[in-house]
Amino acid sequence: MTKILNVENLEKSYDSGSKKLTILKDINFSVEAKETFAIVGPSGSGKTTLLGLCAGLDQPDSGVVELCGVQLNGLTEDERALLRNKKVGFIFQDFQLLPTLTALENVAVPLELQGDKHASKRALELLEKVGLKDRTHHYPSQLSGGEQQRVALARAFSNRPEILIADEPTGNLDADTGEKVVKLLFDLNKEEGTTLVIVTHDIELAQKTGHILKLKGGQIIENTKTAL
Amino acid sequence: MNQPKKFSGATTVWLFKMAWRDGKASFNKLGLFMASIVLGIAAVVSIQSFSENLKSNIAVQSKSLMGSDFKIDSNKAPNEVVMTIMDSLGGYNAREINFPSMAAFPNKEGTKFVQVRGIEGGFPFYGELETEPVNAAKTYQSNQSALVDATVMLQLNLKVGDSIKIGAISLPIAGALKSVPGSNAVFSTVAPPVVIPFEFIEASGLVQTGSRLDYEFYFVADPNTDLAALNKSIGKRLDAEEADLDIHTSTSQRLGRRYDNFGRFLNLVAFIALLLGCVGIASAIHIYIKEKLRSVALLKCLGATKRQTFLIYLIQIAVVGFLGGIIGSILGIILQQLFPVLLEGLLPVDVEITLVPNAIFMGVLLGLFMSVLFALYPLIGTLYISPLQALRIEEKSNPQSLKAGIFVLMGIFAFIFLFSYWLLKDLRYALAFVVGLVITFSILAGIAHVFMKAIKRFFPYSWGFIPRTSLLNLYRPQNQTLILVLAIGVGSFLISTLYFSKDLLLVQANMEAQENTANIILLDVQTGQQEDVAKTIKANNHQVIDNIPIVTMRMHSIGGKLVNAIKEDSTSTINRWVLNHEFRTTYRDKLIDSETLEQGEFTSKADGLDAIPISVSDNLSRDAKLEIGDEIVFNVQGVLIKTVVGSIRTVDWSRMQLNFTVLFPTGVLESAPQFRVLTTQVPDERASATLQQQLVSQFPNISVLDLRQILSVIENLLNKIGWIINFMAFFSILTGIIVLLGAVRTSKHQRIKESVLMRTIGAKSRQILKMIALEYIYLGILGSLTGIILSLVSSQLLALWIFETPFSPSVIPFVVLFPGITILVLVIGLTNNLSVIKKPPLQVLRRETN
Repeated sequence: MTKILNVENLEKSYDSGSKKLTILKDINFSVEAKETFAIVGPSGSGKTTLLGLCAGLDQPDSGVVELCGVQLNGLTEDERALLRNKKVGFIFQDFQLLPTLTALENVAVPLELQGDKHASKRALELLEKVGLKDRTHHYPSQLSGGEQQRVALARAFSNRPEILIADEPTGNLDADTGEKVVKLLFDLNKEEGTTLVIVTHDIELAQKTGHILKLKGGQIIENTKTAL
Repeated sequence: MNQPKKFSGATTVWLFKMAWRDGKASFNKLGLFMASIVLGIAAVVSIQSFSENLKSNIAVQSKSLMGSDFKIDSNKAPNEVVMTIMDSLGGYNAREINFPSMAAFPNKEGTKFVQVRGIEGGFPFYGELETEPVNAAKTYQSNQSALVDATVMLQLNLKVGDSIKIGAISLPIAGALKSVPGSNAVFSTVAPPVVIPFEFIEASGLVQTGSRLDYEFYFVADPNTDLAALNKSIGKRLDAEEADLDIHTSTSQRLGRRYDNFGRFLNLVAFIALLLGCVGIASAIHIYIKEKLRSVALLKCLGATKRQTFLIYLIQIAVVGFLGGIIGSILGIILQQLFPVLLEGLLPVDVEITLVPNAIFMGVLLGLFMSVLFALYPLIGTLYISPLQALRIEEKSNPQSLKAGIFVLMGIFAFIFLFSYWLLKDLRYALAFVVGLVITFSILAGIAHVFMKAIKRFFPYSWGFIPRTSLLNLYRPQNQTLILVLAIGVGSFLISTLYFSKDLLLVQANMEAQENTANIILLDVQTGQQEDVAKTIKANNHQVIDNIPIVTMRMHSIGGKLVNAIKEDSTSTINRWVLNHEFRTTYRDKLIDSETLEQGEFTSKADGLDAIPISVSDNLSRDAKLEIGDEIVFNVQGVLIKTVVGSIRTVDWSRMQLNFTVLFPTGVLESAPQFRVLTTQVPDERASATLQQQLVSQFPNISVLDLRQILSVIENLLNKIGWIINFMAFFSILTGIIVLLGAVRTSKHQRIKESVLMRTIGAKSRQILKMIALEYIYLGILGSLTGIILSLVSSQLLALWIFETPFSPSVIPFVVLFPGITILVLVIGLTNNLSVIKKPPLQVLRRETN
């Protein structure tokens, strides 16, 4: 199998006043194409920082991140942005829709950035898939939390990413809605043949993936493949 | 390994699309940014466009302004050389002698200081003498009658057929004179024109020693004549004979330049309004972009480059600026229609308003360029935002590049400097304007900073909850203290400076009814008349305050070099007016209050000296390049008198009294042909009228100047100009209000969140209202008081250094502006936040989030 994400000897620390705060230390793992992968751990364990580094949103102090066959270390910020646009899809805990754009426009943005002239058509198809065909021209503030996350799901898949990174996708939703969104996420993932990396502290959600990486205090304490 | 392609596929069209999508959702905020510059642009365009219209109208009507193609004028009767030159030009088509004099109206027992114009021939050849009845202009010469200024006719209730007495002659009035080519509106107010047939000038008996006569000869040229070449060929020859050739185009150019200067000053006032709007833009964009940073981070997360996110918002600002420029220009074009009404009586021609493409182009460009320039620094923030902020990580944002900040700031100053240079056409003035602006803005910003620091440091913990919290709001994160103090401060500074400067100018001209301060000046008193005139004054129970001898003379040579030779010398740095001027000098044995000795020694009496030690004023010494010991030979009506510069005096010309550039000691000029100026003081208008009537009937050659009347003319003029400046300042005030509105609205969201939180934990509407009200009262007081005090200090410095006069400031800024502006700030603040109090907390929060 091809490795779609490969992380070697990753370290990251931040300055906290006069002290240096180590967030991640000696992180090594890899994610294979079309795999579903969960990064779990308690609050402050460094999950989101790790996710940010893997997606090229930040740069490590040391170590190597290779995403979709491209080593991120040598890339400029704009080159990393371009890579994300072509290969990565994002889902955030707080949905992160552009408030001034309608649902349809939000979904179309990643494709429009690529200059795709059929962006709207694809966005409409995806909104239909997530059950929001009649909400296409609504602004985020006119949608419920569950609906907003479904729009975010449609957007994440719009650019046909090789890897989809989800940061606590159910964190801001009630149990019922959360469950529906998770089902939709996994179904779409299967349908589109995408690699899925989820950051969560929800063990139940993690257990739905094929591979779990446990973090504690910025270090990997467990890296196991599940029975799936 | 596959490297990503270098460029994103998103097109420019997409950037515009994104800018539009995002912009339409923020329409209200962007609309306010636009409003901030619209008025400034309107002001600049209206002034610029009107100035252009005025200039082109003056140029088009230049012949009508002079009444002929060219004229030769002199303040002495033309000699043979001048007559020969005129003959060589085919002879004059019309001639005129004019002089100021007193006119009496026997039927009305009234007198008036007027400009008598004796005309022979068909003048004016272009334009017309506008009279009522209309045909009076054609018949006054053949009917041997006079045309009298229409305002004088109205003031003295004169009718056609009444008579006017000028010197020894008495003529019937043929009509009211509404306009005459070459007449200046301001001068006409002091000495209104009276036109009489030329032949009566001599008969009036007023042409005698000391009379201030002006001889004018009007010519109609062949249409193919090159007037500029003519001026070049005979100008110098006429100059040598103390005559001048004036062609209609140069007269209109001179006039155009004069109005241009005033236009430039008004443009600066307008430009300040625009700058104030731009400060508003910078501040509002700062908050606007701050709100957009999360969206920027998200777009970067989804693959947008730094450049793309930067461009999305740059396009928004540029479009808003462009639209602001268009709307402002349209408004400016409409506004300029008001100027002829506002400037009524001050304009030399009827101005026909047309579209001026240059002004419109400048307005649009100014809107676009200034919006982008002032928004650039906050916009640069989008370049530095990390995509990580889209995740929940609160990373410390990268500090914006100091270099970029300095670069933008330098760009702003360079633009302001270049634009003001373009307006003023003078490097020093442009630099002074920029420095003044920087100082004013820095002081206001500094005071806002110091105030915030002072609150932090000396926070009144003992105060009650409400005043304490509202005070706290002034330095909380994202506070609006700086921008509000700037907007309110600059507005207050401008308006109060206008008031204070008007005070300063009026103080200069003002004469309090002090004892021994002359308010009536009698000109052209012949030596033989002085005793009788003094008797008449005393008979009316007034005192003769001054009896000043006046001797007229011209410079013959300076430092041994003949004046005519200096005129020919192109390397000479001596100012030309010195060489052509007829000096009205006096002699006395001491200096007076308005004079201060600067250099040398003042000689009070010159006995048996070869060269007479004279005293010259500092401006004459500067313009004639004179130093102590330099020799000047004066031609005193045919007699050459050798003098030497014995002392140099500074003279306070602003005092309403007779001052002199050249002062002789006693013992030299006593026997020279001379006339006298007597001054006296009268208590009221009635006494002034009685004295004037008696003097004019007994001594027709004497001109009586009532300084109080002149003062009221100056005051009216200042009021008129003040009104125009106020009109322009009004744009600054309106812009200030819009900036204020913008600042209040941009901070509204945060304020609402706080207020909702307050309400949720149990604060009553009254308490929240009080909190908001107090905050705006603090800001209103700080801004307006700082602006007014700053203006008071700068006016005081102006009084001290420039006008050198004691300055008693008007109280209007303190009693009207200060509370007025504070209340305005309070009202704007409260009305914008009323929704917080009226609606339930959750509803407000939801609506604001939407």
